Amino acid sequence: MDLIALYPLLKTAWVVWFFVLFSFILFWVLRPGKRHAYQALADIPLRDEAPRPRQPQRSI
Amino acid sequence: MPEGGHAASLAAQIGTWRQDSYVDGPIRAMAVATLFWGVVGFLMGVLIASQLAFPLLNLDLEWTTFGRLRPVHTSAVIFAFGGNALICTSLYVVQRTCRARLFGGEEMGWFLFAGYNFFIVMAALGYVLGVTQGKEYAEPEWYVDLWLTVVWVAYLVAFGGTILRREEPHIYVANWFYLAFIITIAMLHIGNNVALPLPGHAKSYGLASGVQDAMIQWWYGHNAVGFFLTAGFLGMMYYFIPKQAERPVYSYRLSIIHFWSLIFLYIWAGPHHLHYTALPDWAQTLGMVFSVMLWMPSWGGMINGLMTLSGAWDKLRTDPGLRFSVTAVGFYGMSTFEGPVMSVKAVNSLSHYTDWTIGHVHSGAMGWVGFITFGAMYWLVPRLWGRTELYSKKLAAWHFWVATLGIVLYITAMWVSGIMQGLMWRSYDELGFLQYSFVETVAAMHPYYVIRALGGVLYLSGALLMVYNLWRTVTAGTEEAPLTQPLPAAATVPAE
Repeated sequence: MDLIALYPLLKTAWVVWFFVLFSFILFWVLRPGKRHAYQALADIPLRDEAPRPRQPQRSI
Repeated sequence: MPEGGHAASLAAQIGTWRQDSYVDGPIRAMAVATLFWGVVGFLMGVLIASQLAFPLLNLDLEWTTFGRLRPVHTSAVIFAFGGNALICTSLYVVQRTCRARLFGGEEMGWFLFAGYNFFIVMAALGYVLGVTQGKEYAEPEWYVDLWLTVVWVAYLVAFGGTILRREEPHIYVANWFYLAFIITIAMLHIGNNVALPLPGHAKSYGLASGVQDAMIQWWYGHNAVGFFLTAGFLGMMYYFIPKQAERPVYSYRLSIIHFWSLIFLYIWAGPHHLHYTALPDWAQTLGMVFSVMLWMPSWGGMINGLMTLSGAWDKLRTDPGLRFSVTAVGFYGMSTFEGPVMSVKAVNSLSHYTDWTIGHVHSGAMGWVGFITFGAMYWLVPRLWGRTELYSKKLAAWHFWVATLGIVLYITAMWVSGIMQGLMWRSYDELGFLQYSFVETVAAMHPYYVIRALGGVLYLSGALLMVYNLWRTVTAGTEEAPLTQPLPAAATVPAE
């Protein structure tokens, strides 16, 4: 079986593979029981700034 | 793990050390460059809009004709203003959210600043002098393209290197968007600029030709919109709106789905720029279908940005920067609704090649890209220079309303002008002849061109207010400011 004969199969398989991959991402992100873990991740930008006792004028 | 006061003081020390070690100098320079190129780009926009309304303003000089100044405008606003804003904020955000110093340090930052802005100047010189590839949004010739490739690879190394040395275990979602922007732009830039230069000459010829060249061009062109003007600025949204609202993003899960669905869909949407051309019909339909599908993740992201404010909507009254950011998200929602509609072939048969497209682009560019950048700059500039607040919130509020009015004038004028233009082109009389000659459509558009230029003047005036406001903010006295920041990191930084 040469590559040209395989082409229609590969083309379909590629679409199916992307569909499965994206479905897996959806499942992985939305799986239950991870609410608190995701909330902690969402807090990252809010806890990146520590106080600056040596240069107080630059703390806002 | 140590507890209580000891942990807090340790975390404060670590935090102080980390903050001191962040690379900020080049980021300040990029913020200045963002403001400078913003004004230049808006000014060029006003100029070429005025040229369309009053052709005398072409001045009969080859260097100042619309054809040469138009890429100066588009490149100044997209690559100079937008690009500096993206590099500036991405380097700021990646260091803070990874709690790591920029990979390559100060030298890397200054190289990126100087290298990228050298690229801008070289590109603009080429446009004015007539040295161009003639590919929309990819006009620079081969020598400028090569230089940008060097700078961009350094940017990827700096950004990726900072992520690799992060102390925060998770890569925050804003960095995912920024990284997708950097990687995809590298791929698009190289893919669309494969060209053979004439020996010893600035001129080059692209490798592809005909409809293949057109498809590669719009694969590049639409993904410049998707990954430069959307993904990059979404990175900005996912960091600066939570900072301004002082609350985490509404749904972190939604932000991940937003990211992956954009990545999966955007890259296929380019063919909608080539409806009813020699491009195969299946490719046109593919572009249309993927564009329509993009509506959903776009609105998911918009909802995520807007809902971040739930419980903090009152801040819109007092924080003009946040007002810009939130209005930007509104414009993002609006233009990502309009885009899929225009990609539908039946609609496109009316809208294509008309001013409707120009209006659509500007609702995204001025409303989304411009406003999210202004919002970020109003937040970032005082902090980069160690100031506690803006020189004048009132001026910022004036900027907001003047610029918003400018956008509304611009896009409504272009809707009317574009739809009128499209309808005039397709009008037939009872004998089957075209009802209007081309020049009649041009004459009919004149009033709307004047309104559009007026909208641009308002938008530019607002930007000048911002520059004055931020300049006064930065140059204000350096009196000691009270510590208003609570101790957010103390309890959460793990002891090592």
